[in-house]
Amino acid sequence: MAHKRPDGRKSDELRKMSAKVGVVPNADGSAMFAFGDTIAIAAVYGPRLLHPQHMQDPSTGILRCNYDLLSFSVSDRKKPGPNRRAQEISKVTEWALLPVLELKEFPNTVIDVQIYIIQADAGTRTAGINAASLALAHAGIPMKDLVCSVAVGKQDKELVVDLSKEEEDFEEGEGATDFPIAKIANKDAYTLVQMDGKMSPDLMAEALALASKACEKVYEVQKKALKDEVEREAKE
Amino acid sequence: MAMEISSLTKERLKAMFAEGKRFDGRKLDELRDIEIETDISNKAEGSARVRLGKTEVIVGVKLGPGEPYADSPGKGNIMVSAELLPIASPRFQAGPPDFNGIELPRLVDRAIRESKMIDLDKLCIKEGEKVWTVFIDIYPINDDGNLIDAANIAALVALKIAKVPEMTKEGKVDHHKEAKDKLPLSKDIVPVSFSFFKLGNSIIVDPTREEAEACEARITFGLSKSKDKYLINSCQKKGEAYFTGEELARMSSMLPGLYDQVNEKLKKFL
Repeated sequence: MAHKRPDGRKSDELRKMSAKVGVVPNADGSAMFAFGDTIAIAAVYGPRLLHPQHMQDPSTGILRCNYDLLSFSVSDRKKPGPNRRAQEISKVTEWALLPVLELKEFPNTVIDVQIYIIQADAGTRTAGINAASLALAHAGIPMKDLVCSVAVGKQDKELVVDLSKEEEDFEEGEGATDFPIAKIANKDAYTLVQMDGKMSPDLMAEALALASKACEKVYEVQKKALKDEVEREAKE
Repeated sequence: MAMEISSLTKERLKAMFAEGKRFDGRKLDELRDIEIETDISNKAEGSARVRLGKTEVIVGVKLGPGEPYADSPGKGNIMVSAELLPIASPRFQAGPPDFNGIELPRLVDRAIRESKMIDLDKLCIKEGEKVWTVFIDIYPINDDGNLIDAANIAALVALKIAKVPEMTKEGKVDHHKEAKDKLPLSKDIVPVSFSFFKLGNSIIVDPTREEAEACEARITFGLSKSKDKYLINSCQKKGEAYFTGEELARMSSMLPGLYDQVNEKLKKFL
């Protein structure tokens, strides 16, 4: 009965991941993260003094995320500039990252995280969060841990991880459900939870277990990217 | 969540929630009374007012002929918008929407759209050329917390009673003829949303504004029921704190019970 995925992956198998740290030399920290054909880059600027001054918070630093698709990253050209979807994803990305950051150490400052999708094939927000988490670590911002993100999906009745665009458009049976989550790497703590589709409430625990296992794999890729960069810098 | 209440109040609420108590005497998982009125505005195709305690939201549904989207030439459109007018709260300001003004209609949109309650195929007038757009417009009148769930109920009821207007020969809406046909809706799909709020380790439902502002995270589930099966259709977490896996599973398991309570109040409008 097992549902066959279009690219032949097993239900708990992610697309081929790749990650690289240090992709934007001007930034204080930067990274690329890809799930198959979805490619996200993120750059961190800061902590730096927030302007205008009246927006500064003397009790803490502020995190400001900006996510957007490049106009040519999708089949039908996207009008440049953030639409409401992008504004919402920017905001949920902030909330996904905030729990691991120690912003109180940087009063009156802002940390800007710029996330852009170069090529979109579903899972852009999760790839963006993975890239942003790496970029923050690369920038040397104090973090409790990395944040790892992946979407669990449902194809008709079967749970699968990391849906491609083709899978997201699946329409048979109960159709496709997209359940993107982010979690703190070594902790039972979910920092992004969204869903569109159909899922029975009793499936929640199972879906989270699948997501959590997939996040461990994302974590390994993230760690390796950071390690590679440190080794590269050491050689120079 | 915007910290606009004092730290003192927040600490007090945190301590009370930990003991299972609330300022208004409710239990942590207890909803406020729900009051529903229909036909509150006669130019709308359907309209409703919902009160959750002191929170009041009105929703009007309008239909207008328009062009279909390129990727769905034979389907009608849904467009949900909200204006957080300064009438409803000293915290709302005139001008372009802030994030809350963007998120509210998006959450209502997803709960309704993903439940497949509206049969969009039947809202096609001429394939590729003309379809009905269903405008769902949300106006909070008094914000005492949990606008999202209140708006969802109001939108649902307004849709349930909405009628499709007649058209003139020229293909415009005929405002003089009485509308007869009901909006094409699936009878047994009833989408409702439930938001859970977290402060410290406590989770509450249906917060007042003060409670909501003290809380550190929120998660909203869009839920529907069809053929006695409950389905989560949408969900979104908000805020600087996180939820544990156990908390997420526990909230999911609370959904059917909450759904049945609200559904009981909705019955006579469906």
